[in-house]
Amino acid sequence: MIDSVRAVETPEGVLLELRLAGVIVRALAWGIDMAIRFAVYLMAGMVLPFLGAAGIGIWLILMFLVEWFYPVLFEVLAKGQTIGKMALGIRVLCDDGTPVGWYPATVRNFLRFADFLPVLYGVGLLSMLMQRDFKRLGDLAAGTIVVYAERRVLRSTRTEGPKEEDTEAVPLPPVALTLEEQQALVAFSARTRELTTERAEELADLLEPLTGDRGHGAVSHIRRLASVYAGER
Amino acid sequence: MKQQAFERVHEAEWAAFEAYLGQLGHGHRFKDALNTEDFPSRYRRICHHLALARERRYTSALVRRLNEMSLRGHHALYGARTGLQRHWLRFFLSGFPRLVRTNWRAVLLAVALFYVPFCGLPFAIRQNPELAYLIEDPQSLARMEEMYRSGNDKFGRQNESDTDVFMFGFYIWNNVRITFQVFASGLLFGLGSIFFLLVNGLHGGAVAGHLTRMGLGENFWSFVITHSALETTGIVLAGAAGMKLGVALLSPGRKTRLQSLKDAARSGVALVYGAGFMVFLAAFFEAFWSSSALVPSSVKFGVGGGLWLLVVAYFLFAGRRHV
Repeated sequence: MIDSVRAVETPEGVLLELRLAGVIVRALAWGIDMAIRFAVYLMAGMVLPFLGAAGIGIWLILMFLVEWFYPVLFEVLAKGQTIGKMALGIRVLCDDGTPVGWYPATVRNFLRFADFLPVLYGVGLLSMLMQRDFKRLGDLAAGTIVVYAERRVLRSTRTEGPKEEDTEAVPLPPVALTLEEQQALVAFSARTRELTTERAEELADLLEPLTGDRGHGAVSHIRRLASVYAGER
Repeated sequence: MKQQAFERVHEAEWAAFEAYLGQLGHGHRFKDALNTEDFPSRYRRICHHLALARERRYTSALVRRLNEMSLRGHHALYGARTGLQRHWLRFFLSGFPRLVRTNWRAVLLAVALFYVPFCGLPFAIRQNPELAYLIEDPQSLARMEEMYRSGNDKFGRQNESDTDVFMFGFYIWNNVRITFQVFASGLLFGLGSIFFLLVNGLHGGAVAGHLTRMGLGENFWSFVITHSALETTGIVLAGAAGMKLGVALLSPGRKTRLQSLKDAARSGVALVYGAGFMVFLAAFFEAFWSSSALVPSSVKFGVGGGLWLLVVAYFLFAGRRHV
């Protein structure tokens, strides 16, 4: 119920993991889009009246187009992201994990009107809180979900390998570690670059009974163990 | 196989795949990548590696990287679906009238909800003029009389100085929006669509009846007849699409409620695209043609009647033959 990871099975028979975006991020993204829309209305409203009454007519057409088609166009053409969604790193996908086309994008954005009732997305909020995929009514009817966009940063997944000169034999722990324990050590070793030194040492200190060391020594001891379990030596 | 060995064996392949995905992201056409390289089979291998990495419990960083690669490959491979945009011409030539005929029950109900008050009220008001004041307040009725007074240069405008282009913009902003709202509010078990159809029918009927009684009937009906062929029809069709959403929720039949709603929304949104386009066309007529007091009303009745026949014939006969 609390876990916001949703697995989607592809025709290749593999499970892809999607991380669902919750109420707050989506509300913030909507707020940004709202601000952009108002800025467009305001700017057009300052320029167009110089064309006289015809200008106001054009302004009304512009307002109509932006209000109803801004999210549809962006979600179809910009990989499921309006500007607000880009800013917060979320995107709209179909239930099966494929990008949204014209039909789903139109359905979910035209039905926004029903979600907005009675005030400020009351119905939509209720609907999002009542099920595990955080869908508002428009999402239900269109078969879409809003997920966090995958990160484009590719970092090496290698565990922090031993240095060339680091030939010191690794004293294996006094007890045989289970598979899960070994994996925990390998995962920790892979993550040490993302952690601050202090946090890494703090975590490594928990394993003092295993390493017989504290601080930097404990971290490098665990790394050496991990490199053994990961098959580096 | 240990993780490090697994990574060593496949690293080159993964890097190549990621390079492709990067190219796709930078404007290179997917087709080119697909033609020059065997993208699908490469993608399937990545999926295979992801499954292996999960099964063998490799580090979460590796699993995450493979997951992201598979996800992006999945989007590239399955993303290019054709939708409405390729077939819009065929949609208006045959798909749209067929869709309307397929949903004839909902359409007939919507027609009744809108046109019974709209056409019935004028007769009722001729018997009992007070009825108009039950529905409209006196000020707005007085304003209406002003708008359709003989001697106006333009009918149907609060300020005669409003230009045609301004009114064109206003009709699009107001009427097409109403069309979309009539549809969307159908999600509330159909009640919203029914409400909007009835209310619009009642308002129109009250104004029409009142003006006819005041002897302004010729001005009013000649104004209305042309664009209403497209405008009221469009709103009625949007109402039908909205009520279908409600019916799908209330009586899903053999489908699950969710599946039934999805199906209704899919055909509903196609109906609403058609209906919205009709109301959009109506705005042209309403702004540039209907309002002119220079065109004699007999010409307007002729053109308007012709347009009505055309619309009815379109929905009855278009797209019956397989092309």
